[in-house]
Amino acid sequence: MEIVQTLAVILDSTIRLSIPLLCAALAGLWSERSGVVDIGLEGKMLIAAFASAVVAYQSGSAWAGLGAGMLAAIALSLVHGFAAITWRGNQIVSGVAINMLAVGLTAILGNAWYGQGGRTPNLEGAARFPELHLPFVGALKEIPVFGPIYDIAISGHAAPVYLAVLALILTALTLKHTRFGLRLRAVGENPAAVDTAGVSVAGLRYAAVIICGALCGLGGTYLAVSQSAGFLPQMTAGKGFIALAAVIFANWRPWPALFACLLFGLLDAVAIRLQGVSLPGIGLVPVQAIQALPYVMTVVLLAGFIGRATPPKASGLPYVKER
Amino acid sequence: MSAAPIDLPRWADTALVPLVSVAAALVVAGLVVLSIGESPLEATALLLKGSLGSLEGLGFTLYYTTNFIFTGLAVAVAFHAGLFNIGGEGQATIAGIFAAIACLWLAPLPGILLVPLAILAAAAGGALWAFIPGYLQATRGSHVVITTIMFNFIAATLIVYLLVEVMGKTGSMQPETPDFPKQAVLTPIHELLGAFGLKLPSTPLNTSFLLALASLVAVWALIYRSRLGYAIRTVGANPRAAAYAGISPARIIMVAMAISGALAGGLAVNEAMGVQHRLVLDFTAGYGFVGIAVALMGRGHPVGVSLAALLFGVLYQGGAELSFDKPTITRDMVVVIGGIVILFAGALDGLFRRLVATLLSSVARKPA
Repeated sequence: MEIVQTLAVILDSTIRLSIPLLCAALAGLWSERSGVVDIGLEGKMLIAAFASAVVAYQSGSAWAGLGAGMLAAIALSLVHGFAAITWRGNQIVSGVAINMLAVGLTAILGNAWYGQGGRTPNLEGAARFPELHLPFVGALKEIPVFGPIYDIAISGHAAPVYLAVLALILTALTLKHTRFGLRLRAVGENPAAVDTAGVSVAGLRYAAVIICGALCGLGGTYLAVSQSAGFLPQMTAGKGFIALAAVIFANWRPWPALFACLLFGLLDAVAIRLQGVSLPGIGLVPVQAIQALPYVMTVVLLAGFIGRATPPKASGLPYVKER
Repeated sequence: MSAAPIDLPRWADTALVPLVSVAAALVVAGLVVLSIGESPLEATALLLKGSLGSLEGLGFTLYYTTNFIFTGLAVAVAFHAGLFNIGGEGQATIAGIFAAIACLWLAPLPGILLVPLAILAAAAGGALWAFIPGYLQATRGSHVVITTIMFNFIAATLIVYLLVEVMGKTGSMQPETPDFPKQAVLTPIHELLGAFGLKLPSTPLNTSFLLALASLVAVWALIYRSRLGYAIRTVGANPRAAAYAGISPARIIMVAMAISGALAGGLAVNEAMGVQHRLVLDFTAGYGFVGIAVALMGRGHPVGVSLAALLFGVLYQGGAELSFDKPTITRDMVVVIGGIVILFAGALDGLFRRLVATLLSSVARKPA
């Protein structure tokens, strides 16, 4: 039974670590499926983490923090949309700008407002999301294997975790089974056709970019208000880019994105557990090698050595009517 | 909004548009300063005094400028080939590792051999780390932007591993290498000019500044006056036309990326061999990303890059001085300005071109 217990604990930390990745990956998926490349996921999560921590602290409500986080990330998304959709600017350049803006603004404002080197004050009580216990935990506990996994790994997370799972389901259903989803996918493959059908290319892309911002907001809020008790400078630490890698890994599809995020989350969880541990036969495991694995795997995948990455056809291309 | 291209006179396109967008960026930065309750004018005065108001300030300014010249040129060369190299940070990191290995392994060599070898090692390291993404784009079709992002993170974990587990100074709590041998250190400018009887305050400015100036000239000659540069610009403008003209876009992509990475390596030369005299963690400190702003603002031309690099040098040094006097305005202000410049001069280029065009036509329409 102890193995099940250990597995459940590892699964639990895997889920905790992959939720921010999942939010950002879904965000990137929405944006890129509509044809807007977004390397600014990192910056949007960071500004959301900051805004949510500030508002949660000032208002004492984690939910208000979530709202603020989403609004802040949507604001940056709209900047990206304005440059990329309305002015047909270079989407990569705009994404780099968003990332730098977020790093600089959060540090400056955090320092000016609270003077703790950019950190926000510790969140306590209702300013953080409590752990939610799913129904029947007590009753199901006794079932072998499933019981402990349900008790430890599935139940007992904060609200944003379940919201992220809900977002995943909604994303998959909307993209696949609704008219809006079909049009959104079409605009990322062949915007001219969508335009000919009388549907606004810019409108669809703006919608996608706003959804992208809201999801980044959820991920950033989870980092600052649930996983930690406040904002730390640069606390996203590359998660937005790992999410980007997950999107590529998943070939721009929602369910595979979940598995890619769980895989990268598992790697992270294992890396933390293996810190300073000597394995028989291998010796001391270089934790950095495990940390670098998502990036290396993405490079190898993109190079077409394992499988093939096929991005939406029109991604990164501004849409020009006529000509 | 029509999709018609906006016609602008050349001087307006190369000088006025970047100037207007940078001015707008500074205005936005001023608003940020205002929003945290400080006076933008007072901040600007302190910033200029701290960066240009004394010989010491000027020395620091030019030391930062050196970094931005290297990273700005790196981005600019790739731009000319139509490539977006956002891997400057990672390339400089690998360059630093190579330079450190050269300095520590070849320690018995005299300085006259050791310094050039270490600089070459740095350039080779940077070139290697950029060549691989270039190779993967040219032959395997993986996009250079994503690959260089991933390579930044791979380099960042690699340097942690090397400094903690392999090359680290024994007994040091900091992840850093032992000090480089004395003869591997680049001469500070104040010592160099001191030999001619000029008395200058001690600053981190060192001979890699001269290397940066030489790189500016070399990049100008390469891009605008050489066969290879012509090929690079042709591939950047139209890869298919280049292929018809007998230029291999694949080869040019790899070569341009390697040159770009080698230039990013200059950052490691200035920081590791010129200032720190050992390899430390995070010495790239975001210079690679600001290099994108420098290249966009400078329109990819070495003259523009040097002016933009000087501006960011002023902002860095002035920002450091400013944060002493006004603790609420931290150095992060420069990152914000960099971000806004990239947004305005890069992504919103079309908007600013339209603005300038409207401005010019309204001036022209007025009877003289």
